[in-house]
Amino acid sequence: MNTSDSEEDSYNERSALVQSESPTIPSYNQDHDMSLPQETDSKRVSGHEFSFLSCLDEPGPVERERASTPDGEEEELTLKYGAKHVIMLFIPVTLCMVVVVATIKSVSFYTEKSSQRLIYTPFEEDPNSVGQRLLNSFLNTIVMISVIVVMTIILVVLYKYRCYKFIHGWLILSSLMLLFWFSFMYLGEVFKTYNVAMDYPTLVMIIWNFGVVGMICIHWKGPLRLQQAYLIVISALMALIFIKYLPEWSAWVILGAISIYDLIAVLCPKGPLRMLVETAQERNEPIFPALIYSSAMVWMVGMADSSNPGSADERQRNEGGARAQEGVESEDDAAQGGRRRYSAEEDLEEDRGVKLGLGDFIFYSVLVGKAAATGGDWNTTLACFVAILIVSVSTIIYGSVMYRLTYTNRDVFLMFKVYYACRV
Amino acid sequence: MTVAVFFGCTFIAFGPAVALFVFTIARDPLRVIFLIAGAFFWLVSLLLSSLVWFITVQISNKNSATQQTGLLIFGVVLSVLLQEAFRYGYYRLLKKANEGLLALSQEDTMPISIRQLAYVSGLGFGFMSGAFSVVNILSDSLGPGTVGIHGDSQHYFISSAFMTLAIILLHMFWGVVFFESCERQRWWGLGAVVISHLVVSCVSFVNPHYQGSLIPTYIILSVMAAWAYLCAGGSLRNLKLCLTCKDKDFLLANHRPR
Repeated sequence: MNTSDSEEDSYNERSALVQSESPTIPSYNQDHDMSLPQETDSKRVSGHEFSFLSCLDEPGPVERERASTPDGEEEELTLKYGAKHVIMLFIPVTLCMVVVVATIKSVSFYTEKSSQRLIYTPFEEDPNSVGQRLLNSFLNTIVMISVIVVMTIILVVLYKYRCYKFIHGWLILSSLMLLFWFSFMYLGEVFKTYNVAMDYPTLVMIIWNFGVVGMICIHWKGPLRLQQAYLIVISALMALIFIKYLPEWSAWVILGAISIYDLIAVLCPKGPLRMLVETAQERNEPIFPALIYSSAMVWMVGMADSSNPGSADERQRNEGGARAQEGVESEDDAAQGGRRRYSAEEDLEEDRGVKLGLGDFIFYSVLVGKAAATGGDWNTTLACFVAILIVSVSTIIYGSVMYRLTYTNRDVFLMFKVYYACRV
Repeated sequence: MTVAVFFGCTFIAFGPAVALFVFTIARDPLRVIFLIAGAFFWLVSLLLSSLVWFITVQISNKNSATQQTGLLIFGVVLSVLLQEAFRYGYYRLLKKANEGLLALSQEDTMPISIRQLAYVSGLGFGFMSGAFSVVNILSDSLGPGTVGIHGDSQHYFISSAFMTLAIILLHMFWGVVFFESCERQRWWGLGAVVISHLVVSCVSFVNPHYQGSLIPTYIILSVMAAWAYLCAGGSLRNLKLCLTCKDKDFLLANHRPR
């Protein structure tokens, strides 16, 4: 298995758990196969790059042409395969949204207007004057997006200059904060809502256990279901914080602006996310460990069973508010190319699952949560929920059929349309 | 009391539909996707019709009660027609998708047949329609309150639940009959579906005399159920074989080796 060039111990330990970018095909046609992974990988990266949504492990165009099986069967396989993966993603996204909506509807804390604001949205929204409010929300958006851009650039620079320890420390600090501080707040509010008496020692015990097990599961090893559950919970917590602390109009404008920024960051040649992935590809190593939702364990040829928390995500976090950016890693195309040729390897390749960046969870949950918080009636929430599911399905299917992944700016427009139409 | 009403009405309204989902659709991811797509199509049709209704209400005279009632009736009729139009649109889309799949695939069988799609899309329509009808009512039934304190009917929640149940099942049957009629080019079948949908929706105007609306709805439900059963290939003989566990094909297909 490829490991990174840098020989830090902690990184080696992590890379031992995380699948590498392009595993070597352990086979006899060594020279013949070695050319394939690089070419398909670079083709994947340059042609398809990121998606805001997940990427299916469908074969790239190159492999399709060379496949020995007839095209139709592949197409059908892809479709069946794709549908299954879409469903595997529906369930966590739905769970996250259900948690967020249930909390919003029952715990009034997250819908109370507080005078506190995040420092990233410094302009107050004045409910009296529409023009002023609009202007302030745009200004807030500009501040937020520039913060995100700056953080992304810092991250890319740190990554380029191999300051891995710093990045890991940053990630650990942010998940610490989420798992301990935000969950403590959340639990406190839930207890207040349901008038449950709780003493501090019990509370400390609960939060401590929750947090420590969460850190272990997310950053190291853990049962897959538990890890998935923790990722869903922290996404929900993050989304709730956003729903509480972002002023109304700013929230919607920010959601729209973030999609546009994602497009730019990924498509432009000098875009930070693109540079990040290309650097990772050059170095032939996964970008960052953990913090991406993976729906299945991955068996790799020649490897003993390893639970793969995923190979690529980057997450930038700030105090109290952040946005997770994700890079989506293509699956082991090389291994897949191998499968197409050698049927002997087929029984070693199990279902590879699909990965989705946590930013997507948060994004969707903020959308639905905002709809639930401000809409007041359930029809709006339901409509937003169905629209989100449909848009993710159609994007994934469109991507898998067209061999190209599209972006979620259309998600946001559709969401707006649905939301405002429902308000009517 | 309120929690009991909430759970009771939820199970009445969604019980059979969720059972159908769990036993027939949940296993196959392709069917789930088509179900959600069907729900989305219904949603879009509703959004369109509510947009039209909203605009007409804004430009109408808000004080005249008869005009508002007239507008409501107009809105309902328009909504029904739009729903059926979108059902037809969904049918065309599915046909095209299926043809595309068949052309690409070199096998002869499609991954999902048009009959299954009819069932799944009908159920999708039904789920969304039922959810939109009843979810707000259910959430209100949880909260503190007294039913009919101003002299309204006591049976509001439970009749809403039964009506929703009928609507969900009806949408499913309408889907099956509609697709079958489109396949066989039997346009009178389409007309019958549209007319029965209109009847069921318009009969709800006699509420709060719930017997006046529920009974015709359930009669139409049984008729459509029988029709859909026949469309799906059922017959009295099949029914007898199934109930007496003598259907050899079914037994063979589902025989699990031990």
